[in-house]
Amino acid sequence: MKKIALFAAACAFALAPRLSLAAGEVTVGIDNFAFTPAEITVKAGAKVVFVNHDDIPHNVVAQEIKLHSKALDTGDSFSFIFDKPGEVVYFCGLHLMMKGKITVTP
Amino acid sequence: MKHDDDTSLNRRQALKCAAWAGSGLVWTLNGGVPGSSLVGSAEAAATGFSFVQISDSHIGFNKPANPNPNATLTEAIGKIGGLPMKPAFMIHTGDITHLSRPNEFDDADQLIGAAKLDVHYVPGEHDVIDENNGAAYLSRYGKLSQGKGWYSFDRGGAHFVGLVNVYDLKAGGMGNLGAEQLAWLGGDLKSKSASTPIVVFAHIPLWTVAPEWGWGTQDSAEALKLLARFGSVTVLNGHIHQIAQKVEGNMTFHTARSTAFPQPAPGSAPAPGPQLAPADQLRSLLGLSSVRLAHGKQPLAIVDSTLAG
Repeated sequence: MKKIALFAAACAFALAPRLSLAAGEVTVGIDNFAFTPAEITVKAGAKVVFVNHDDIPHNVVAQEIKLHSKALDTGDSFSFIFDKPGEVVYFCGLHLMMKGKITVTP
Repeated sequence: MKHDDDTSLNRRQALKCAAWAGSGLVWTLNGGVPGSSLVGSAEAAATGFSFVQISDSHIGFNKPANPNPNATLTEAIGKIGGLPMKPAFMIHTGDITHLSRPNEFDDADQLIGAAKLDVHYVPGEHDVIDENNGAAYLSRYGKLSQGKGWYSFDRGGAHFVGLVNVYDLKAGGMGNLGAEQLAWLGGDLKSKSASTPIVVFAHIPLWTVAPEWGWGTQDSAEALKLLARFGSVTVLNGHIHQIAQKVEGNMTFHTARSTAFPQPAPGSAPAPGPQLAPADQLRSLLGLSSVRLAHGKQPLAIVDSTLAG
């Protein structure tokens, strides 16, 4: 039990700088029709870079914030600065089952 | 009185069934791929009217699933040139290009133009991903269309309707026709008699094939309601890069193969990405559909052929 808790703590510590509360730049990969990781938390002002590794194009659409990226062919990337705190739910406009969420903290 | 009405209805239904039973659907295996045609449609072929459907040419795609979709499109156009009866026109059910780029549209126009047929297009989602959300497609193909590219025309005694279901899509959803287009469709069909054969074509299937992959149209039931009073409705789609067919009452649904690359059957793969086929088998998974329209009440005969067959 103690071991699991320790492991979990270690994981949280290891992942913390990358996945939560990252300022600066965070990368979201697109692999096998999925945004990876599908959910991230960033600080307001962080730049998120979406990179498509699939052999089919994808894009990034978030209607609430009027975000509509260009089509990303294999290897293409698109970056966007999330400067308003809150939750942004986004999806691929070509493959509607591909969804992701970005939580922007102040 | 009521009894008489019932009898006439029964008689009409019985005749309709007889038409199906008398002609029947013949399934043939051509290069291992089933195709359907109606018995007796050979007679119709001499006097009948036909058109051809191609789909999902994805010009601009260059990945291992098919490094040269220009070549396979050219083969499909060559097959059309070799059909025993010259089709009246061609319909293209979308994804003409892969990335909506001007050079992709130019190449597609040139390759498809070699068929020397009138071509009626509807856009796929890959045709409206330019910077201006479909302006490139509309300026090229949408001059005579309404709204975001829908239109109708009459040929060979049938009424053809091209619908657009690749705009205003929502997360987790499917294809979308929208209220404006549905209102237009209602008005367009109003003056048509119930005996007019109707052919509807759109990119994403108008029936739900696989909701988990978005293979369906969320408000298609509204359109099908408007079509329900017609005696013969044929719905032709693309998008899923494989043949799927369904008959429901007077409606026949059919999706065409791609001329570029195959996609997996729903449930057979974790994601709908391009399916890799050995080079010597690729052409048996690509193809075109020719549709023969017999005058009278006979349903349309759809014959799929592969590039290999």
